[in-house]
Amino acid sequence: MRTGFTALKKVKINSDANMDIVEAQEIKGTFTKKKNKKQKKQPTPPLTRSDDSMVKETETEHVDMLGESAFPPEFRVSEIKNKQRRHLMFMKLKLEKRKQRMAMKKKKKKERDALGDKAPPKNVPKTIENQRIYDETTVNPEDEEVAFDEGTDEFSAYFNRLTHPKVLITTSDRPRGRTVRFCRQLATVIPDAHVYYRKGLALKKIIPQCVARGFTYLMVINEDRKVPNGMVLCHLPDGPTAHFKVSSVRLRKEMKRRGKDPTEHSPEVILNNFTTRLGHSIGRLFAALFPHDPQFVGRQVATFHNQRDFIFFRFHRYIFKNEQRVGIQELGPRFTLKLRSLQKGTFDSKFGEYEWILKRHENDVCRRRFNL
Amino acid sequence: MADKSQICSVWVGSETGILKGVSLSKKQAFNFCEFSCLSRDQEVCVLGWGDPQETEVLVGSVNGTVKTFSTEKGIFTETRQCGESTQGRFTGLAVTDSALITCVETGLLRVWKEGSETVEINAGKNVSRMRQNPSQCNQVATGGKENGLKVWDLERPETPIFTSKNVRNDWLDLRVPEWVRDMAFIPNSDKIVTCTGLHQVRVYDPASPQRRPVLESEFGEYPLTALSLPANKDSVVVGNTQGQLAILDLRKGLVRGCLKGLAGGVRGLQCHPSLPLVASCGLDRFLRVHSLEDRTLQHKVYLKSRLNCVLLSSRDPELGSTGVSTDVEEVKEEVGEVDEVWDTMEMIKDKAKKRATEEVEAVLVEPERTTKKKKKAVK
Repeated sequence: MRTGFTALKKVKINSDANMDIVEAQEIKGTFTKKKNKKQKKQPTPPLTRSDDSMVKETETEHVDMLGESAFPPEFRVSEIKNKQRRHLMFMKLKLEKRKQRMAMKKKKKKERDALGDKAPPKNVPKTIENQRIYDETTVNPEDEEVAFDEGTDEFSAYFNRLTHPKVLITTSDRPRGRTVRFCRQLATVIPDAHVYYRKGLALKKIIPQCVARGFTYLMVINEDRKVPNGMVLCHLPDGPTAHFKVSSVRLRKEMKRRGKDPTEHSPEVILNNFTTRLGHSIGRLFAALFPHDPQFVGRQVATFHNQRDFIFFRFHRYIFKNEQRVGIQELGPRFTLKLRSLQKGTFDSKFGEYEWILKRHENDVCRRRFNL
Repeated sequence: MADKSQICSVWVGSETGILKGVSLSKKQAFNFCEFSCLSRDQEVCVLGWGDPQETEVLVGSVNGTVKTFSTEKGIFTETRQCGESTQGRFTGLAVTDSALITCVETGLLRVWKEGSETVEINAGKNVSRMRQNPSQCNQVATGGKENGLKVWDLERPETPIFTSKNVRNDWLDLRVPEWVRDMAFIPNSDKIVTCTGLHQVRVYDPASPQRRPVLESEFGEYPLTALSLPANKDSVVVGNTQGQLAILDLRKGLVRGCLKGLAGGVRGLQCHPSLPLVASCGLDRFLRVHSLEDRTLQHKVYLKSRLNCVLLSSRDPELGSTGVSTDVEEVKEEVGEVDEVWDTMEMIKDKAKKRATEEVEAVLVEPERTTKKKKKAVK
């Protein structure tokens, strides 16, 4: 018993002592930190001060040599054993390289300015978009056959101004959090859109009811762990149905420098880079979501921009400041879509016929080939 | 038009109502129609050869007309009204010596004889395909949704000569739905192979007393839409709505291999009658020709409209046509050489046992490849 008690006491004492040490260390730490801050402008690091004077001398030599950039040819920064020194040296090396690069750039620019109009044309950077493999389905606007095909497809009723878009927006069953807000905000972007709770209904049962009530679109937002991640866009009454992956959704509240809430005017629609036959179909699918005649009073634009098969959606308000300048203000929400499949007919994932389906490991061998 | 149509070896019918001819050797595609009179109700449902010499293509449209296209003249020579558009789309088209056989979705199978009255057979509702037995012209098979396989003898149209029976109930004792999407007669036997909308491939044998399928296998998870029998026996090529094509072995019902590269659902599928080639077309607007031996994609042609059906001529699509230019003639001489090689090979084949057949095929391929090279050299 007694021994045990003493042991306990000892431990306690020890712990006390430890505490003291820890405190002392902390104080030291803060002290050194302060020192660091103060001496940041000095080239030599303060940490090595307590070390041997020999080491210090050699290091200062190194620093001097760096300034002249006269290392022996086989010298490498990575060979320095001290991590902090290595880091410091590396940063210096980087800065040096950057300076050289900037000087080169300045020199080149000066040369270009001196040459004036005779300057050689600038090199165009290589991107996977401008290196894109030519797609033989790219639509030629003069093509009679494609024009006829598009003129008589499922969207022709809208483009001939026979129908007016009316959109039903719903979600997967029991939506949570962001998905609900996302649907509400989508409904403010698309005129004549109605948000309904799914109530556990099957899509194949909803579709005939929608057709009976004159809806031309059914939009379903699917979610995973409270985050919207999929969209089914079904044109009514007889298709097609597109399935998209939804990513990087940013709601209105999360946007910086956003404008006031959008008005109820029907917006203008911009569709960018939908060039192939499939792209045309998708572009028409989006175009038919919005009414025919935009109300220019609202000064609102919905943009679907296709780049590398990703479709970026943005919603802006613009203003002409004077004859040259125009200002835009994002109203939100913003999101990115990627086409997964295009199915003929209304939603039928089991028995429907697919017009196009993304087969990632079968057809996407080349990164420079795009489908939209 | 005539010179265009003569070089074509593949014929494709599109949803926009255009008949397309494709020459694989010259890598060209032609439209055979007038753009002024295009309409959706001319959508091509079925294609078929009008005569055994393959000089006439029969084109069945949605509006119930069957047009005859002459491949020699390159124009539509004849138009017949075979039913109304209200009776549904054509599901099959065939010719016998003197008559034209048509079948529509509502199940009305009709034989249009010249001079005499038409024979009408009711094959039941929702017929999705009618096919003719290539060896016996007066036999046709029909099948559809909740409408099992039936084989009809057109001489005796009252009752079918074979009616299939649905398979037994499943392990939950529930009825298995029937949905025949396509069928084909296996040559040199009575057997018929069908594919269903519930991704089954079934083989029926009318010669045996069993009315249920003698072999059943499954491929994938999506409805199979088309099927075709290649030249070499005991295999079948099937395609589904997601654009998956597979070669199935008919001896055990196993997948031999898949044909890749399709982006959309398959609508039409046909194998070359003698060469190991298969042409497929579908909703992705491409005509694709695969080799059945190494399963590689040989040709890919963009045809601008959704395609419904494909028809291959029996001549070699790689070699030109029966044209008049000199280089083509040279190619023809080589065809003769190939034939000689084939004749000698057949001698060996007769002697060889069944197991050795594949090796023989491998030998057979080589001279063909050399001729391709020769042809290129000639060009």
